[in-house]
Amino acid sequence: MSAAGHISSLGPAEAELDGPPDPEGQKRGWSGYLLLLPGALWLLLFFVVPTVTLVATSLYDPSGSLQLGYQMTGHWQNYVDALRDYGPQFVRSLIYALIATIACIVLGFPLAYAIAFKAGRWKNLMLVAVIAPFFTSFLVRTLSWQYILGDNEALVSVLRALHVLGPEGYLLATPFAVVTGLTYNFLPFMVLPLYASLEKIDPRLIEAGTDLYASPFTTFRTVTLPLAMPGLVAGTLLTFIPAAGDYINSELLGNPRTRMIGNEIQDLFGAGDYPTAAALSVTLMAAIVVLVFVYVRRAGTEELV
Amino acid sequence: MGTDLQLTSVTKRFGTFTAVDDLDLTIPEGSFFALLGPSGCGKTTTLRMVAGLEEPTTGTIMLGEQDITRLKPYRRPVNTVFQSYALFPHLTIADNVAFGLKRQRRKDVASTVQEMLALVELEHLAKRRPAQLSGGQQQRVALARALINQPQVLLLDEPLGALDLKLRRQMQLELKSIQTEVGLTFVHVTHDQEEAMTMADTVAVMNEGRIEQLGSPEELYEAPATTFVANFLGQSNLVSGSVATTRGDALELDVQGARILAHAAHARVTSGEVWAGVRPEKVYLSGAGDDDGADVNTLGDGVVSDVSFVGVSTQYLVRMPWGQELTVFEQNTGARERFRPGDKVDLHWRPEHTFLLDASQDASAGAEVEDA
Ligand SMILES: Nc1ncnc2c1ncn2[C@@H]1O[C@H](COP(=O)(O)OP(=O)(O)O)[C@@H](O)[C@H]1O
Ligand SMILES: [Mg+2]
Repeated sequence: MSAAGHISSLGPAEAELDGPPDPEGQKRGWSGYLLLLPGALWLLLFFVVPTVTLVATSLYDPSGSLQLGYQMTGHWQNYVDALRDYGPQFVRSLIYALIATIACIVLGFPLAYAIAFKAGRWKNLMLVAVIAPFFTSFLVRTLSWQYILGDNEALVSVLRALHVLGPEGYLLATPFAVVTGLTYNFLPFMVLPLYASLEKIDPRLIEAGTDLYASPFTTFRTVTLPLAMPGLVAGTLLTFIPAAGDYINSELLGNPRTRMIGNEIQDLFGAGDYPTAAALSVTLMAAIVVLVFVYVRRAGTEELV
Repeated sequence: MGTDLQLTSVTKRFGTFTAVDDLDLTIPEGSFFALLGPSGCGKTTTLRMVAGLEEPTTGTIMLGEQDITRLKPYRRPVNTVFQSYALFPHLTIADNVAFGLKRQRRKDVASTVQEMLALVELEHLAKRRPAQLSGGQQQRVALARALINQPQVLLLDEPLGALDLKLRRQMQLELKSIQTEVGLTFVHVTHDQEEAMTMADTVAVMNEGRIEQLGSPEELYEAPATTFVANFLGQSNLVSGSVATTRGDALELDVQGARILAHAAHARVTSGEVWAGVRPEKVYLSGAGDDDGADVNTLGDGVVSDVSFVGVSTQYLVRMPWGQELTVFEQNTGARERFRPGDKVDLHWRPEHTFLLDASQDASAGAEVEDA
């Protein structure tokens, strides 16, 4: 087959790539940078400056206070102290966030799959239902779980009657309640990117899989899942990162032994211990960046970050 | 033979709409079979039922001795080249082609893939992704991905439909030679009658969910069974007439006052009102009144209304006294007289080129202009 034959059969989009270079490319390049400016300024003002301030604060001498002012002494000891004092909360945060993320995948994948492939004319309604909770505040939604999981409410009574819980068993103020709250609150952030990925999959690819001797499960593993990977990675990041830093769920649904790193940071800020709070924040940020980096590399979708 | 594909009374309904209507079809092992019909006539639906992607509402599908009507697609020794190729975008070309073998846990996957890519001349693209290939190359990958599994039946759903004309003609020949080489049963769906006739041993012409006629391309062309086939496969002149006398195999007709002969072998009806048909290239012209002898059919007193020169031939439209326009293709041998619009002419053809069809059918069925 001749090369000319191949070229003549290129689609319009492909053919465009081979077209002559745009004579106005130079001008466009400049306007491109110009368009970047507002975003760059925004990032400088609200990301770079606060981050630098945060890191700087984490190195202040902890003997200072808000009233007396802080001394910048490059006090690395803040990190050592913070990790020594708050190690368990740290580990707990990551574990809760991990469990909640996994729970979001387990609940969210079938939901996103159903909306993408099985919902038919109910598709839009189901999407609205996924987003609808955002119309009420995060706080109110979490508070309502206090009620759902409450000791004297229907759910606990039923579980006691079914002997899933003992006669004195309870749900509220347990790690289970905190993880449930996290899962509930971040589920839409898993479902929406997953749906977006799944929805783009041509159903004929799935048919091609089954035509080529792959059982439904194998087709899912070898065709659907790899194609849904960008959505899964995005969903995982959007769930895990805020869940690891969250303190509302632990505050409202937990007990003193379910405290997460977010609760400690909040308390430290409240108590005016800025250097330790900042050290904890920076550590959490660093830990998340490392975890995300490893995860994204493993998931093989570098284009995502 | 061993693994003929046999469809018996297969019907497929979507709600109240019947897409495939009581289809009976036997496709012999090793044949190149074309399912030809206009868009929407149920070709894809038929293929999908054979592939197992759609379940027949009623009827059975047998592959050799095995009833595969309700067998899961992944358990059928049948593979499909999809209309839009449906290549896996996340896999390389080599992995696309290897997909079926891996699922069957075959050995020597890598070397078999190499051989298959060599067959379709794509070895150098093994590491690319489908999106980086041209339409023609993607088409070959789709073919290789299905063919590598050596299915008992290979289904091809308009596999060349997305290619430009030149590439399509080239791929037709290649596909045909690949089929001869591998000897598998190919069921090729197309709406392009020329493609079907070039490639297939047997063509089934489908219309509105039913098979209109099945046979070799020559049979279908020389002796169409319905007006739909006569018009959809090539072009036809259909003139209304009636059978006057029958002498053995020879039929004598009265066609608009002229005496026209036909052979019983090409007659679907042998009495009463008929459509008398003849292919345009079977007809030749002479100046009005130049009699060409008694053993040819002649329709006289036509007036040339349009002449188009198309290189190898000249196409005439001739208006007949009863108002109908007939089409005549004359080869440009240079030995024959050329006519101009307004010339008075007679039309002649040999009796064995007449075919007779049921007069109750619509003479224009299937005559819509299909894209080339
Ligand atoms: N899943 C479906 N639901 C409803 N109607 C369908 C479905 N699939 C095909 N059809 C209808 O069946 C008819 C035949 O379709 P198809 O087999 O794709 O035709 P072809 O391949 O010959 O163009 C069409 O009218 C089409 O609209
Ligand atoms: Mg089709």
